Amino acid sequence: MKYGVNEQGYYGDFGGAYVPEMLYPNVEELRQRYLSIINDADFKAEFDQLLKDYVGRPSPLYYAKRYSEKYGANIFLKREDLNHTGSHKINNAIGQILLAQRLGKKRIIAETGAGQHGVATATVCALKGIECVVYMGEIDMERQAPNVSRMKMLGAKVVPAKSGSRTLKDATNEALRDWIANPVDTHYIIGSVVGPYPYPDMVARFQSIISLEAKKQLLEHTGKELPEYVMACVGGGSNAMGMFYHFLDDEGVKLIAVEAAGKGVDSGHSAATTFLGKEGVLHGSRTILMQTDDGQVVEPYSISAGLDYPGIGPQHAHLYKINRAQYASVTDDEALQAGLLCCQLEGIIPAIESAHALAQLEKMKFKKDDNVVICLSGRGDKDLDTYIKYFNY
Amino acid sequence: MDHRPWTIDKKNMNRLNHLFNTKKDNLLSIYYTAGYPEINTTVDIAGALEKAGVDFLEVGFPYSDPVADGPTIQNSSQQALNNGMTLNVLFEQLKDLRKRVTIPILLMGYVNPIVQYGVEAFCKKAAEVGVDGIIVPDLPMYEYETMYSEFFKDNNLSNIFLVTPQTSPERIRKIDELSNSFIYLLSSSSITGGNLDVSDSIQAYYTRVKAMELKNPTIIGFGISDNATFKKACAYANGAIVGSKFVKLLESENYMDQISGFVKSIRMES
Repeated sequence: MKYGVNEQGYYGDFGGAYVPEMLYPNVEELRQRYLSIINDADFKAEFDQLLKDYVGRPSPLYYAKRYSEKYGANIFLKREDLNHTGSHKINNAIGQILLAQRLGKKRIIAETGAGQHGVATATVCALKGIECVVYMGEIDMERQAPNVSRMKMLGAKVVPAKSGSRTLKDATNEALRDWIANPVDTHYIIGSVVGPYPYPDMVARFQSIISLEAKKQLLEHTGKELPEYVMACVGGGSNAMGMFYHFLDDEGVKLIAVEAAGKGVDSGHSAATTFLGKEGVLHGSRTILMQTDDGQVVEPYSISAGLDYPGIGPQHAHLYKINRAQYASVTDDEALQAGLLCCQLEGIIPAIESAHALAQLEKMKFKKDDNVVICLSGRGDKDLDTYIKYFNY
Repeated sequence: MDHRPWTIDKKNMNRLNHLFNTKKDNLLSIYYTAGYPEINTTVDIAGALEKAGVDFLEVGFPYSDPVADGPTIQNSSQQALNNGMTLNVLFEQLKDLRKRVTIPILLMGYVNPIVQYGVEAFCKKAAEVGVDGIIVPDLPMYEYETMYSEFFKDNNLSNIFLVTPQTSPERIRKIDELSNSFIYLLSSSSITGGNLDVSDSIQAYYTRVKAMELKNPTIIGFGISDNATFKKACAYANGAIVGSKFVKLLESENYMDQISGFVKSIRMES
């Protein structure tokens, strides 16, 4: 693939595996084995079967008629919100638990922001009867309380990350520390296309099912395999990378990634990484991250816990730098309004993360026959409190 | 690029090389975080440590997301950042420090602040203010070798690699080849601030490394906190590094008065 990873784990200037020696054997073991494991026929069969029977794939590609009328183009929603556990995160969690089993690992750790990845990980661990520990920022535990309870019901231990901004970045730090201390028996299921190589590539492959299906489904809907636009929200960027993956080499397809501007890109309370970030190293890869001139990581802000992250995956940094994808940003207010509009026009309550992608529709200029595919990455049940408070329902 | 091992001749020996040439056993190094507990304490603490007989210093420059560190060093880093510590401030302090302190100095920190400073500029500046070596836990060997090693060599700075109980013998050989002052042996796979692992498998690991007869001396770190653990480490390596335990001491009010006693309590030479 033209935009894929090279042998050293780089996408152009970005990627690599910047990990302390304590993690080297783990990351190296993964690097050596991930491709042979995931290309193995047994693995593929079990992965496909679980995606079909357990997750409920393929997720529908839904022609959103009222959206289409409003925005003057054919708008299609890729319904990852209908997956078991409520978001795209389960695709990767299934892939990695099968991989962890084949690596002989007995214990799983994960970080989570909105709790969707934590829930997905707790779910697959229950499915396989494997011990599960999820690190979650203390602030995120408050604002995504239902997901904390869900993880506990599923048998996972949820450990609050109390350092720094007490959000996703800090949960990731704590998970990395756990992995350093438990290098032999533990597999770390990273939830996004971030982290040291091979994680960004591995997670992208597991999420690529989104665009693989979408291509076929669009062909059935429209007689054409390729849309004019493909859109998705970006925190670390896993649903976006899954949504872009099989369109990357189709240069005519415009890829739009939507970051969280929080209270505004210049407000000092934002998570719009490509607007505010510089090149550097975060969580094991060279990428673009929000940081001070002295190289300290800046604490991001977004109302959406899943997008409240100061970096993006290295492949996104590459697509941004070479202009293969466009990166836009949407504020809290715009996202919440778009979320409500989706409820009222289409009868779907979207996750606030996904609502960021929907909000971008307002800013686009489409031609009448344009086909637009948007990844509706998750459902909004977990965000009801936030919606209710904001709109006073 | 020149990938040959860095051979040292007399004229490009740094203070670390001199130290390891003259002293082979019971070397003691202390780690502390620059700018902690207060912004201007970096120099005084170094002076007191030298006076107390420490062989070389590891000065940490703080980072917001120190994944290899436990709570003690995390807190000291956060406090140092709150105090206004930056690489620029630290380099100014080190200039003063070198007027008083003659033992070798290593800087220890994470890669992102160095990348922001510019790796070449960082190496040049560090050498200029009298630094002898750098420890960057999250700078991988591949990136060091292919992108940065020349900056270290040009400035006569030693890059210190870590070895853990899980590091393979082939990789230890490679590390030995790329090193030119000492190798940092981790007492366990852990973050800083834990207890010393004295299990049979760890003893076997020390013995295994010792039997490799590496060209570089080895120093054991992580979990060294008192005379017993120091002695234990020195039985297998050329010396040891104390970090979290000393940073913890800096939390007390009259820590300057306790530094000499602390170092004596670690050494307790009998």
